[in-house]
Amino acid sequence: METTIDITLIWVVIIAVGVIAYVLMDGFDLGVGILFPFAPGETSRDVMMNSVAPVWDGNETWLILGGAGLLAAFPLVYSVFLPALYIGVFLMLAGLIFRGVAFEFRFKAHRSKWLWNAAFAIGSAVAAFAQGAVVGAYIQGFEMDGFSFAGGPLDWLTPFTVLTGIGLLAGYALLGATWLIVKTEGETQAFAYRVAPWMLAAVLLVFGAVSLITPFIDPKVMERWMGTWQYLWVLPALALFSSWILIRAVRRRDEGIPFVATIALFITTYLGLLVSKWPYVVPPDYTFWDAASSPDAQLFILVGALFVIPIILGYTAWTYWVFRGKVTPETGYH
Amino acid sequence: MELDPILLSRIQFAFVVSFHAIFPVFTIGLASFIAFLEFRAWKTGETIYTQISKFWIKIFAVVFGMGVVSGLVMSFQFGTNWSAFSYATANFLGPVLSYEVLTAFFLEAAFLGVLLFGRDRVPQGVHLFAALMVALGTFISSFWILVANSWMQTPVGFELQDGVFHVTSWITAIFNPSFWPRFFHMGLASLLTAGFVVAGVSAWYLLRQRDVVMNRKALGTTMWVLLFAAPAQLVVGDIHGLNTFEHQPTKVAAMEGVWETERGAPLLLFAIPDSANETNHFEIGIPKMASFILTHEMDGEVPGLLEVPAEERPPVGITFWSFRIMVAIGMVMILFALAGAWLRFRRRMYASPLFLRGLSWMIPAPFIAVVAGWFVTETGRAPWLVYGVMNHAEGITPALTGGMALFTLIGYVAVYAAVFTGGVYYLVRIVRQGPEPADATHAAAHAKRPLSAADTWIDDAAASGERS
Repeated sequence: METTIDITLIWVVIIAVGVIAYVLMDGFDLGVGILFPFAPGETSRDVMMNSVAPVWDGNETWLILGGAGLLAAFPLVYSVFLPALYIGVFLMLAGLIFRGVAFEFRFKAHRSKWLWNAAFAIGSAVAAFAQGAVVGAYIQGFEMDGFSFAGGPLDWLTPFTVLTGIGLLAGYALLGATWLIVKTEGETQAFAYRVAPWMLAAVLLVFGAVSLITPFIDPKVMERWMGTWQYLWVLPALALFSSWILIRAVRRRDEGIPFVATIALFITTYLGLLVSKWPYVVPPDYTFWDAASSPDAQLFILVGALFVIPIILGYTAWTYWVFRGKVTPETGYH
Repeated sequence: MELDPILLSRIQFAFVVSFHAIFPVFTIGLASFIAFLEFRAWKTGETIYTQISKFWIKIFAVVFGMGVVSGLVMSFQFGTNWSAFSYATANFLGPVLSYEVLTAFFLEAAFLGVLLFGRDRVPQGVHLFAALMVALGTFISSFWILVANSWMQTPVGFELQDGVFHVTSWITAIFNPSFWPRFFHMGLASLLTAGFVVAGVSAWYLLRQRDVVMNRKALGTTMWVLLFAAPAQLVVGDIHGLNTFEHQPTKVAAMEGVWETERGAPLLLFAIPDSANETNHFEIGIPKMASFILTHEMDGEVPGLLEVPAEERPPVGITFWSFRIMVAIGMVMILFALAGAWLRFRRRMYASPLFLRGLSWMIPAPFIAVVAGWFVTETGRAPWLVYGVMNHAEGITPALTGGMALFTLIGYVAVYAAVFTGGVYYLVRIVRQGPEPADATHAAAHAKRPLSAADTWIDDAAASGERS
């Protein structure tokens, strides 16, 4: 039967937008966790945590939705990525659980505060690193036997994926720092202004290295960037331009622009990755269409998703609106 | 020693799902209780209902939060350890499980915040509506989860193409033969769980003469619910058992410890099943009762485990004993419900220390019964993942080694032990601190997270007195 609308393409868009939405939103609150141990003091840590407290769990809903959505729409992705990243997935989940619990109990703690501080920082860093390694593993591609993963338990942990893991760790820390510039003032904001350029330098270093190595890992990428698709170079150009805006804004002590510039840097990098690999979702051989579930299954869940996702988006926007403005040591959301 | 990834993955799944299940099974029932209290408060205008509701909403928030955290792991378990199963069944289970997630998040986005934090900010009618929607939403969530499980137990409405399940009829697949009995059995289990926890905690307060008026009201209301739900569970459980007898006779044979197909099979009260020798030791039973319960005839035929080859039989001991634990707790629940009614009739329900102490000891019982019940149905269908179509060996992740499975099993046990200890410790602190006076108000702005609805400290202030 010939369908006029390609439902799989709709799902590609939903999942692609969902992934970057998750990365940006959970990214800044994970980043705040990564910067936590280096904060100028306990009061500053209270402020940092309060700046993300009202929104962090809403940000993580996208991860659960993503897991279920992949099973429904692209089961091959779900059933290859999870076994291939088996240990990494466990570390990510353990990290997210510990930092989630730390969020709740630190506000309710007196003497055990140090314990929740440590859980929050370590959990955030481990989760961020594991997510970065996922990106690296995706670029590397997977050893397959038919429609199942056939590689080893530590295929996901190579020098290359460690590099991407560190890259995302620094990227999230950058998002966290620029978020703190928006949301805080005084010593916390000064701290954020101080670390932001260092984090940007680390991101650009990894970004450069990954860009140089990737074409040698995957010849298709080399062909795409060196071949006919030359207008693709506008993406890295935009990424570098965003970095320049970011540095300039930090130097001028602008408050909103650094965060926006960081988001632009993330989006352009993400688009660069997508066009490099398109249309492969389980590299090296399987495209989004190979990975798709049957059309009636995709349609059945699409109905629910199109109904619920706008409501969740509206609620998310409303939460950010309610908790807008600067967080000070006197503001307590707990 | 060779580590078996299949066995380790089964233990891992049993562990994470059991740990997860105890939270929602409690919150589903508790949400209905809270909705009922809010309705009574709205109808009668009596503040005592609001006071009870405020206290239990705090407990609800913490337990709901722990359920979300442990649920995060569940949404990845299928892919990490059972990827071949996930890939094959995704056309049906993918949408069904996604609908559960969508329902849960819709509920959280739209109504949970209003229920937890909106009491003083929205009209009472709106707050009541939010409470009702949260209660309804928890049931819709359990609907989808039980659809998924029931379909795996009694799969219909599909065809296999190259080893992948394709849905031929969504209605048939969703409302598969074992769905409704399972749904009602779990629904009642949720009411019983919340009921016995509320009754037990209220009894604990009454024994200590704390907030007497409020806790009498809570206990009095709950005992009416239990008087209905405990006996009803016996009837629904029986219907569920007959449904299993029709569709999964091997599971029933394991539950009853029947090896040889026999007429007039006895109801075994005690036995030690021996799978190696295909027999039971030390049997104590009531003659012909199993046949009577299952077929409603004294000499009805009960097919035995030996009807199927050894490799298609479930682990008999676990199934047999989990079933007995569940039924025994169910019977004790009925006894408590009847004892409550009798004491109420004699006007001594709030004054009998023995009864109140017994109720407070019953708090863990419904959780044990629920987990035991799931052990019966899940162990009893082994070795099948999709009953009669796909077994454990076919569904396991092909690349999974025993070492990987063991590593994450130990990891999840460690993580959950930490989270569970912290959560239960905190719940106990909330209960010890007790409800607030009826006229208390909150000044501080709240984050819109479930756990921030509770404001009890998790530890004591340092000696230097840093409490602000």
